[in-house]
Amino acid sequence: MTAPSSDLLLDVQDLKVSFATEEGVVQAVDEVSFQLHAGEVLAIVGESGSGKSVTAMTLMGLTRSPNARFAGTARLRRLDLVRARDDELRAVRGEEIAMVFQDPMTSLNPVQRIGRQIVEQIQAHRDVSGGEARDQVVGLLERVGIPRARERFGSYPHELSGGMRQRVMIAMALSCDPSVLIADEPTTALDVTIQAQILQVLKELRERTNAGIVLVTHDLGVVAEIADRIAVMYAGRIVEEGSTDEIFYNPQHPYTWGLLGSITRVDRPRPARLPSIPGLPPSLITPPQGCHFRPRCPHAHDACLPRPELLARLGGGESGHTDRCVMAPARKAQLRRAGERIGLVAGGATQ
Amino acid sequence: MGRFVVRRVAGMLVVMFAVSVLTFLIFNVIPNGDPADRMAGRNSTPVQIAAIEREWGFDKPIYTQYLTTMEKVFTGDLISYANQTSVVEEIKRGIPRTFALAIGAALIWLAMGTALGLYTAMRAGRFSDTLVTVLALIGISMPVFWLGALASYYLGFKLGVFPNGGYAEIGEAGLWEWVKHMILPWTVLATLFVGVYSRVLRSNILDTINDDYVRTARAKGLTERRVMVHHVLRNSLIPIVTLWGLDFGAVLGGGAILTETVFDLQGVGQYFAESIGQLDVPPVLAVTLFGAFFIVLLNTIVDIVYAALDPRIRLSR
Amino acid sequence: MPIADSSVQPDPSPVLDGGRAEAAPAPGLSPWALALRRLGRNKAALAFGALFVVLVALALAAPLWAQLADTTPARNHLSDTIVVNGKSEQVVTFDGVPIGPTWQRKFFLGADSNGRDVAVRLLYGARNSLFIGITAAIITAFLAVLLGTLAGYFRGWTDAVISRSLDVMWAFPVLLLGVALGVSLALGGLRIGPLRIQGGSLWIPTIIIGVVSVVYLARPIRGQVLSLREKEFVEAARAQGAGPLRIMFSELLPNLASTILVFFPLLVANAILLEAALSFLGAGVQPPEPSWGTMLSDGVVLLSTAPHLTIVPGLMLVLTVLALNVFGDGVRDALDPRAKVRFEH
Repeated sequence: MTAPSSDLLLDVQDLKVSFATEEGVVQAVDEVSFQLHAGEVLAIVGESGSGKSVTAMTLMGLTRSPNARFAGTARLRRLDLVRARDDELRAVRGEEIAMVFQDPMTSLNPVQRIGRQIVEQIQAHRDVSGGEARDQVVGLLERVGIPRARERFGSYPHELSGGMRQRVMIAMALSCDPSVLIADEPTTALDVTIQAQILQVLKELRERTNAGIVLVTHDLGVVAEIADRIAVMYAGRIVEEGSTDEIFYNPQHPYTWGLLGSITRVDRPRPARLPSIPGLPPSLITPPQGCHFRPRCPHAHDACLPRPELLARLGGGESGHTDRCVMAPARKAQLRRAGERIGLVAGGATQ
Repeated sequence: MGRFVVRRVAGMLVVMFAVSVLTFLIFNVIPNGDPADRMAGRNSTPVQIAAIEREWGFDKPIYTQYLTTMEKVFTGDLISYANQTSVVEEIKRGIPRTFALAIGAALIWLAMGTALGLYTAMRAGRFSDTLVTVLALIGISMPVFWLGALASYYLGFKLGVFPNGGYAEIGEAGLWEWVKHMILPWTVLATLFVGVYSRVLRSNILDTINDDYVRTARAKGLTERRVMVHHVLRNSLIPIVTLWGLDFGAVLGGGAILTETVFDLQGVGQYFAESIGQLDVPPVLAVTLFGAFFIVLLNTIVDIVYAALDPRIRLSR
Repeated sequence: MPIADSSVQPDPSPVLDGGRAEAAPAPGLSPWALALRRLGRNKAALAFGALFVVLVALALAAPLWAQLADTTPARNHLSDTIVVNGKSEQVVTFDGVPIGPTWQRKFFLGADSNGRDVAVRLLYGARNSLFIGITAAIITAFLAVLLGTLAGYFRGWTDAVISRSLDVMWAFPVLLLGVALGVSLALGGLRIGPLRIQGGSLWIPTIIIGVVSVVYLARPIRGQVLSLREKEFVEAARAQGAGPLRIMFSELLPNLASTILVFFPLLVANAILLEAALSFLGAGVQPPEPSWGTMLSDGVVLLSTAPHLTIVPGLMLVLTVLALNVFGDGVRDALDPRAKVRFEH
């Protein structure tokens, strides 16, 4: 994990997104803030419904609709993606900031050849001839590891395997050398061996172009592989944020403990049952008062009722490790040690 | 692609054969009574009936009858017993009129249906969408001959805006006269379909707009117009094109009977209706085969075009 | 999850409840209940559904009206006179022009060229047309589900035979087929084994319309069965040892139900229009039985002198079919919604 350079690419402050639905107003994203620097991989982790995908799509402006309301800012260099005009947004989409989606089968136009789909993106932003664009695309396909790229240029999506399709999506996203790449569960629809290859492609990208990557996922294994920083989301809020090492070895929020505790580990005796966090995520239409995790938290008490702030609670705050749990750090360390003894929480350094 | 075409055409021939057998059965076998008697029509003499029996081979086994019938149809040796005219000649006379009606109406409803479908999709949920939807629903709820009769009477006869029916040959009366005579029939026939097409296209567009690959297209930074035309529309129109081919075939194949009759266009459909009224079997037989041929032909063409437009289809089937 | 460990102080006020109390309870409605609720919110569909019910009620009340108007649908009043607005008018003039709507009990909607009371005939005709429409739709639905399910479930030979037959039926010009069958069967009647139906019976057009419309529904049903049979719950049923019949009834049919429900109003609408077309061409309901189609057929001839004979039955037909179409649309929307909500914040 290389040290990120100081070039600030994305600056998200207090982003809020809500949608009107048949059942009421859904507060999907609630005051999310984070930053992305060049060459950095930020992983946004959470279960389904945590708001991580909505956050990612909002950065691309893909959540704009008559039902949606936004607040806060998301600056891509100087442009505020939340308030940008349509034409400003279109200029940077695919060019400065690009996205790789979860399901490559449905995310590619089924009746167009893949080569053409990538050429379309290039020609939307650059003034190149068809032939030049074609050569560029073949180069891109080779770069993401697609064999016989020149032939594959004319293939239809359904003629390719899942892994290849995802590589095509990545090639397409990279076609205009974006400085920010957002990857929404890029490996979820693929099997484990292909996963490793896709992650390799992302790593090479980061090394070669110093692009910043926002990786949205629920898979902590993937996160451990590639991420520099992690933001843990629950019920629309970031509940903990810090470097990968900090999060894995010194997690501060009970939800993170639950997440980490539910990973099987090879260096521990196998528990009788795979631990999981009991209960379900709360409704985002009528969320619980105060801390959103309170109903499922085994350590909840009345102090959790007022809305908790995302603060750096470990002394100093130089590591940039923040979390939303109001328990005293000493108590957190105590609880973690206790859970650790029976292999329930990821172990590591204590206070 | 080539193999696909061959398979489809072979299938077409098989279906045509089956259709001919079915037609034969319907007219000669299924109904009660003596086929020769039926064919001879209302004012028949025993001599006529005997002659028919011999000529058509009704005393012979069924498959011979079938072969005789088919032979007569294909060699054009069919005589209408009601008015002693050559069936094939009559059909030939009616073809240009039926075609004129079908093609004109089909183009109109395709253009109008697409335009309205696009319009209502863009304004989904607003008043204009509801209004057009209501009009479309009314359009498909009207019997075409009712609309045609009223239009022909009020717009044609009473107001004199359009001719009161009949067909004008381009060669004789000129292009403008021909068009004037066709406008009402075209419009009436198209009304039925415009409603359906605009709703299908609207529904397709609204579905496609939410598809993942449209989201990807936007994420690529394409202009909204390019997204709509090259991704949404192109994919939404594919089912419309196939539907159009099928409907066009159905109209050619006999769906235009009512319109032709009401406007007295003397096309193939009207010939059929008049023959049926007189229980004149040979024309009915011939027109049915003629109609079925076009339907099957259009169906096959549609299948092939569909495969050309949507490459996923080529693998299945 | 609370672990009994003596070194840890117990939490002062545990609020652990697995998130159940806080989370708003889901309404827990079945898909059918949800669909019904959505349909309930669709004012237009409900209004037109009610309209259809009213029309059916009117049709059923035909004998009542006949009594009020003191006539029958077949009785000619050629030489009668009637008092309208103080003047005495011929029901049918010497040149054969029948009287228009009088808005009175007798000849409320006027008379036809045979001197028959249009309103009475209209209602009796409605009975026939609706009977034909609804029964034909039922026949179509039954046959289509039968054939579609057999073809989709068993595949192989069964599917090949059924699909090819459907293709041939599809190739047939529906109207031509209907007309041809209608005319030939109207003369001699239908004889299948022990089943004998008279030529003039209403069942002839009913069966014809029912059968020729099968293709429209059979294909979608077959398609749905094809995809349903691959689903896990069918696998599970098979693993439990359920035979094909059992699977078809308990697993497939309920899932097909929504498709059938969506199609049914449209089938009825189609059947009514087809009956009108066939009767207009003389191949449907045979005179003197009234139906909307036969009334239109009679009326069109007299369009210049007695337009009410064309307009009245036509309007009633259009209203009925429109009601079915709008209601059918509402049913489709209820069973397959797309969220089109305005933001109310």
